[in-house]
Amino acid sequence: MKKYILTSTLAALLTLGGLSVPALAGPEDVVVENAWSRASIGMNRPGAAYMKIRNTGDEPVTLIDLTTPLAMMPEIHETKTNAEGVSSMSPAGEIAIAPGESVALEPGGLHAMLMRLQEPMTEGDTFPLTLLFDDGGEVTVEVPILGIAARGPED
Amino acid sequence: MRRRAILGYGAAGVGAVALMLFVGWWQVDGPGGAEPVGQRPVALTEMDFRLTDHEGNAVGPETLIGRPTMAFFGFTYCPDVCPTTLSDISGWLDDLGDEADEMNVVFITVDPERDTVETVAEYVGYFHPGIRGWTGPEEQIARVADGFRATYERVPTESGDYTMNHTASVFLFAASGRFVTMIDYHEPREFAVPKIRRALAEEMEGAT
Repeated sequence: MKKYILTSTLAALLTLGGLSVPALAGPEDVVVENAWSRASIGMNRPGAAYMKIRNTGDEPVTLIDLTTPLAMMPEIHETKTNAEGVSSMSPAGEIAIAPGESVALEPGGLHAMLMRLQEPMTEGDTFPLTLLFDDGGEVTVEVPILGIAARGPED
Repeated sequence: MRRRAILGYGAAGVGAVALMLFVGWWQVDGPGGAEPVGQRPVALTEMDFRLTDHEGNAVGPETLIGRPTMAFFGFTYCPDVCPTTLSDISGWLDDLGDEADEMNVVFITVDPERDTVETVAEYVGYFHPGIRGWTGPEEQIARVADGFRATYERVPTESGDYTMNHTASVFLFAASGRFVTMIDYHEPREFAVPKIRRALAEEMEGAT
């Protein structure tokens, strides 16, 4: 089982070659685990990515946005199924994670909806997904692309 | 005296609220509520629709009679629920092994505008080979959904596209075409295979 524990600011500083970013409290404490996504058929359909986001710090963190070179409109969406068994999907808005708590993005619930794909999602590839937090911090995770019929990160 | 009057009004108020709650309960969840039986799908033998399967064959409810049937509504532009359900169904079919060969398994699109025969063929090809994909004209899809008491609705998205809200339950019918039960999307997945076996067992009873 692979774990993707990524720290943001440091990684960003290293990759961007010393671009000045203020030290931020939240995202160093954010751990993203078991990220995965499904391959797409072409580029016209939206993709979905899943992961567990843990807040290991002492302060609450709030996920406010996503960015990825893979899709022009990545957004956290939530699937809801009502008492009549009808499923619908809508933007989930900001996701607050209390200290010591975690939020699971998993099939049938919250997911990173990847709208307007810039290229097909191919099984075996990975893509970077950046999570932006309300204090300006960010965490980038490399998301593996599994088969279309994948059911979880181990598939 | 005054205090007593206030108490009296208070009691009357509590009584009125209790009555309203009771009336509300009666009409929604109580005996006065809509019959849930009306929400059960009709038998396949009572349905009437014409669709095309992913290999281009003309199909209808009669195609499903004679073998137990598992059916599910979805659309190929669905990023979350549909691939998840089709993966689940694939897993159940794997668990059933040879028994799965005795069933019809059908994915019916609620988005015929985008889901042509070719599109559906490619899509179902990624899942268990026993799964068939059905599409057809919008008015025929509406008839299928009506028979299943399923609903679907086109919803515009911010990206300028649209998505579909739809019934995500998996429907099980006996070989006779009689509706047996459904597997709810929120149901623990380990209940699914026993439910499918029940639909398969009804076939045996029907045969004797």
